[in-house]
Amino acid sequence: MPRRADLRSILVIGSGPIVIGQACEFDYSGTQACRVLKDEGYRVILANSNPATIMTDPDFAHRTYVEPLAPDVLAAIVERERPDAVLPTLGGQTALNLAIALAEHGVLERFGVQLIGANEQAIRTAENRERFKAAMTEIGLSVPASGFAHDMDEALAVGDQIGYPVIVRPSFILGGAGTGIAASRADLELFAHAGLAASPVNEILIEKSIAGWKEYELEVMRDCADNCVVVCSIENVDPMGVHTGDSITVAPAQTLSDVEYQHMRDAAFACIRRIGVDTGGSNIQFAVNPEDGEMVVIEMNPRVSRSSALASKATGFPIAKIAARLAVGYTLDEIRNDITGETPASFEPTIDYVVTKVPRWAFEKLPGLSEVLGTRMQSVGEAMAIGRTFPESLQKALASLEHGRWGLNCDPGEAALDRVDDDALLARAAVATPDRAFQLEACLRRGITVEQLAASTRVDPWFLDQISLIVEERRRLTETAGPAAMSRRAWRRAKRLGFSDAQLAWLWGTDESTVRATRLGLGVAATFKTVDTCAAEFDARTPYHYSTYEDEDDVRQGDRPKVVILGSGPNRIGQGIEFDYCCVHASFALRDAGFETVMVNCNPETVSTDYDTSSRLYFEPVDLEHVLNVIDAEGGDGRLYGVIVSLGGQTPLKLAGQLPEGLVMGTSPAAIDLAEDREQWGSLCARLAIPQPAGATAATVDEARAVTARIGYPALVRPSYVLGGRAMSIVYDDDDLADAMHELSGFGSLGREGGLSAERPVLIDRFLEDAVEVDVDAIRDRSGEVVIGAVMQHVEEAGVHSGDSACVLPPYDLPEPTVRVLEDYTRQIADALTVVGPLNVQYAVKDGQVFVIEANPRASRTVPFAAKATGVPLAKVAARVMTGATLAGLRQEGLLRPPNLGSHVAVKEAVLPFDRFPDFDTMLGPEMRSTGEVMGIDTTFGLAFAKSQIAAGDRLPDTGTVFFSLADRDKRAGLGPAVRFVELGFSLNATAGTAAFLEANGVPVDAVVAKVGDRSGGVDAVDLIANGKVQLVVNTPRGRGPRADGAHIRKACTTHNVACLTTVAAARAAAGGIADWSQTGLRVRSLQEFHAESQERLAL
Amino acid sequence: MSATTPAHRPHPEDPREALLVLADGTTFEGEAVGAEPPDGVATGEVVFNTVMSGYQEVITDPSYAGQVICFTYPHIGNYGVSVDDDESRRPFCGGVIVRALSRRPSNWRAHEDLNTFLVRHGVPGLSGIDTRRLTRHIREAGSMPCAFGTAAETTLKAAALAEPGTDGLDLVAGVTTTEPYTVGQGPLRVVAYDFGIKRTILRHLGRMATVEVVPASTTAADVLARRPDGVFLSNGPGDPAALGYAVEAVGQLLGEVPVFGICLGHQLLGAALGGSTFKLKFGHHGGNHPVRRLADNSVEITSQNHSYALVEGSIPQTELTHVNLNDGVVEGIRCSDVAAFGIQYHPEAGPGPHDARYLFDDFELLMRAGPTDGLELEL
Repeated sequence: MPRRADLRSILVIGSGPIVIGQACEFDYSGTQACRVLKDEGYRVILANSNPATIMTDPDFAHRTYVEPLAPDVLAAIVERERPDAVLPTLGGQTALNLAIALAEHGVLERFGVQLIGANEQAIRTAENRERFKAAMTEIGLSVPASGFAHDMDEALAVGDQIGYPVIVRPSFILGGAGTGIAASRADLELFAHAGLAASPVNEILIEKSIAGWKEYELEVMRDCADNCVVVCSIENVDPMGVHTGDSITVAPAQTLSDVEYQHMRDAAFACIRRIGVDTGGSNIQFAVNPEDGEMVVIEMNPRVSRSSALASKATGFPIAKIAARLAVGYTLDEIRNDITGETPASFEPTIDYVVTKVPRWAFEKLPGLSEVLGTRMQSVGEAMAIGRTFPESLQKALASLEHGRWGLNCDPGEAALDRVDDDALLARAAVATPDRAFQLEACLRRGITVEQLAASTRVDPWFLDQISLIVEERRRLTETAGPAAMSRRAWRRAKRLGFSDAQLAWLWGTDESTVRATRLGLGVAATFKTVDTCAAEFDARTPYHYSTYEDEDDVRQGDRPKVVILGSGPNRIGQGIEFDYCCVHASFALRDAGFETVMVNCNPETVSTDYDTSSRLYFEPVDLEHVLNVIDAEGGDGRLYGVIVSLGGQTPLKLAGQLPEGLVMGTSPAAIDLAEDREQWGSLCARLAIPQPAGATAATVDEARAVTARIGYPALVRPSYVLGGRAMSIVYDDDDLADAMHELSGFGSLGREGGLSAERPVLIDRFLEDAVEVDVDAIRDRSGEVVIGAVMQHVEEAGVHSGDSACVLPPYDLPEPTVRVLEDYTRQIADALTVVGPLNVQYAVKDGQVFVIEANPRASRTVPFAAKATGVPLAKVAARVMTGATLAGLRQEGLLRPPNLGSHVAVKEAVLPFDRFPDFDTMLGPEMRSTGEVMGIDTTFGLAFAKSQIAAGDRLPDTGTVFFSLADRDKRAGLGPAVRFVELGFSLNATAGTAAFLEANGVPVDAVVAKVGDRSGGVDAVDLIANGKVQLVVNTPRGRGPRADGAHIRKACTTHNVACLTTVAAARAAAGGIADWSQTGLRVRSLQEFHAESQERLAL
Repeated sequence: MSATTPAHRPHPEDPREALLVLADGTTFEGEAVGAEPPDGVATGEVVFNTVMSGYQEVITDPSYAGQVICFTYPHIGNYGVSVDDDESRRPFCGGVIVRALSRRPSNWRAHEDLNTFLVRHGVPGLSGIDTRRLTRHIREAGSMPCAFGTAAETTLKAAALAEPGTDGLDLVAGVTTTEPYTVGQGPLRVVAYDFGIKRTILRHLGRMATVEVVPASTTAADVLARRPDGVFLSNGPGDPAALGYAVEAVGQLLGEVPVFGICLGHQLLGAALGGSTFKLKFGHHGGNHPVRRLADNSVEITSQNHSYALVEGSIPQTELTHVNLNDGVVEGIRCSDVAAFGIQYHPEAGPGPHDARYLFDDFELLMRAGPTDGLELEL
């Protein structure tokens, strides 16, 4: 059937901010959907609150609403745009839930809007576990014994009836929040409580636990003619019991016989048909009992999912693109397979390699939390690797994580396990944690048998035996004297098992470059194979490659000059989608400018790893060995123009100094080092007469003490060469300082990445309390011209990591002369560093004086936000400048335009993962903890701020009670916001000290609240929050430990979903937002309209 | 192409070091696995198969007689071998080429590991090969004879050149049953020609019929004397043009009794109806080929294993029912005049997807309708 002609405009719903369980994969899917629908001639309307996404580029849709993803906002967009259809299956659970809400509220019916992709009935059947179970039973598929509960009594009755252990899963949630395995009645009570609260419909499923069974997923597509295909099968290395997002997973399935696989395939088709997903992709999870093959269906997602992104990257089959086409009426056989160009999409990819995905956790950001993995997803990102065999892909995947590991052990990081005895190690391996893969290898290396290990971990013996191959090869390598003693066959054998040069160098006590040179001397070089969906049966056109050690290379070179763009690797806190945005923009801009672009990255969620984003894609770890391999492969014909290292965050930047001379484009490696080198940087600032907070470097505790003795407390302590404020802290006295240095010196998380050394000292600066922080993004070209991209004022004061702070463009209360000074300093720094390309400078403004905190000659996290707010494609401009263009030239070309500011204000707000980690204090600090960001855009700062809060999940109240609890140093500053709330008609509650201060200053306080836990004093703040008596909390931290009062208050807010502001600045902004909101209410407008209006104003 | 071609191997590090040499002289390095072939030389026509699971069914499919199977999926042997998955009494293929043979299988259904199975059945193998390079080479140059083993390169080269390939050879004689036998207990009576029949086909037929399996050389008169409700023409190895006797028998059966042919059986049916066959460049061997069923335009994902095919339009009075969406090859025909139909791929699916199993139901309907009344059936 051809494309539907009855539809003209389609609303695509995105997935909002990056959160645990919902990451860049939906930027990938949404971007593909928007592109396809636009190409098909539909008018595309996009709603997504996440400014860091590619899809929210104004080019990808006709109308781009960077507005909060809330039902009332969506309804307003529908009312304004009157789309013919809504496509909700490419924006994760968020989009699906919103579509259901629109249906429930009658919005779809009122405006005559159809749901396409999945219908309401199908979504409800798939998402409601009771209905799902009934549906599966109806078609003869087994599901684990289970029952539903809507309150505690019901929960315990069901648990008793099924028998423990049981697994608890709340209905209508994403990523497994609130799920867990209860081994006993007492456990169940805990989990049921959390689960009932987590479910928006207060419903939980209690299910017989099948922990330890083998876990599989099938990615299935169906078209409107009922043709079904399996795109990919995935097998989890971690058995049932660990969330699939936290599991090491492998494609295709490895240990299913064809009889079992086809049985599963039949079941998957029966499932998608029964659920009634009319068109598009679905993901169906199965568990298989390894003892007898019994198969049960676990769950089904009636939409594109994280696994779909993985399956797309694993096979080359563009699920999202095809799902979008199917949604508008095409059938699979009408769509061509991009990769072969000749065969239709109605086939099942077959692959001739193994794909391994390894999750990336952020426990180093959340110290003190248990690292035990379970049914609730905790990872923040993932890396994928492709190899011809499982051992090769596993080692490459682990090297891709950038966790300081170079493969599966055989590196300095393995020392941590050396101290553990065999029994303890085996016991540890039985519990799933981020270290499990390394423990498995260590166990096997010590002679623990595959059988023993399989019995205690339930990891399938096949995987363990494959790891044994790595262990055996290591033994052989250990017996080899060194690189010179290796034969060609021996090199090939080691490299085919995925050993990195760095691992081999460590093993032999030599350096990586010697290993590489010796190996290449014997002709053992990486060969690049192609991901082609068909195992080479047909000629593939798509330039999507991975390295391995084989006879033959498949890569077809083009004939234009080439630029290699190094990506940012797996998502983590501090380095996420923003950098992928920059890399993708660079690729687009450089392709437009006539270059062949070559992308190197290993993150399967991203747009950068789509095979059609760049001229060629190398799906490889972004580390020295693999990047050099790509450079060798691309450099042979003399057309390699250069390598871009400054758009992918810290990952590629760290490689700058090690790449072949002259290849790094833009700012020189020497200048990059200069900006990182404390002393050189200090003297540069001194020479430019730009004030810095006093400070120095230290490599030992004694040196650090000497520094603080000179500069005084409080001081900011941070390691060099890290992003996202890793291990950064504010210290108030010598004890704090000693703790911080200890954390940095090798015992803490940073130790894994090499710890402290003279080359990597700690930076210690005087901390400027109550200063305003400002970020400036700029671009300098080779002629020396500097363009200021954006000056962004933070809402939270200095000391809160810039990534966790709300920030505002244009600045909302910086005097014009201060802005001039900021711009001037930025220009001077750019010149002094001879930056060619992007530059981000962070400043603190205290009492009108501007201090420079740091400068990074690379694209910053704020680039996409600034681009969305101003309409200036900063990343594209930066990429062009680095490859030789001048700003003047780009202006002439029309790529560089003046910023569209003047008629709107944009606020970027951070989105924090605390709902996943209820035991963790939500207090903000210098260590970045946010996983994502949202943007609010409107005509005033207050409105934009209010929108940013809704988008971040904390809707500001319009009436009710505000609870105030202020630290002493914040009391005076807090007066203003308190007055404002009273004027807006709110009543105030406060703790005794705060209440006394407010009343003494003439602000009425309705109730004084007892200290937390002090029952003699009546209700405490936690009670108020729990009972819904408080609509907003302003709690600025006083103590610094989690035991403090504030920690309980903030935790209660997280649990009961009450907006909690932890800084006075945020309270001030919130009061302003509520005030403006009460005047105007909700108004939605697209980016295109905001920009057009600003341009008109500019033209006048 | 950066083929690694060691000129000589004076001191192999491992006695199992082996080479694959194609008839055009291309060589590949690997290690010998499976059975040790006589004098370290195994030969056959090398073809590639793209299934990711189902290696045992492929290896035991008699249609691979005379061929060496290169699996494109790198890990082969992961879930071992189960007696329940054999497609025939033993493997007939000339060898197996893989990238990585699994030594430790893991699956509750497994009875032994694949290497032990290969040794037990005398099937030589080669592991560690750059199978993607081999596949690309076959795709470009076509299926061709090869030799592999631990023998010297010159010996292997000579053996590859001496290997006859499959054209014009009657490979069926080597795989067909010598004596008739009966399987199944269904109400209908089917006579199944064994040109190399797969057990999964017999299981399907056996559900609807009592199936008498007869040798390939059985005459039409002999078959009709068994008073069948339908005659089934099985899959099998090699060139249909070399099987004049079978074409003749099929010709005599048409119109007398409903006939259903699969794969080689489909080609023989086509030949008996006057059609001609040709050899594909590298054949269809895999489990993911899309086929359009013209009756309702639906697409089925099919299991395929054939090197020869019917020439489209060469068969008078015959309707095209199924067509391959990748390359347009004839995948199904029906001749209404004589109540016969043929399917080029493997609807029984052993291994492979189950999308086309309805074709056995169609055969049952055709048989129940008899030789002349089944004309209106939509296949």
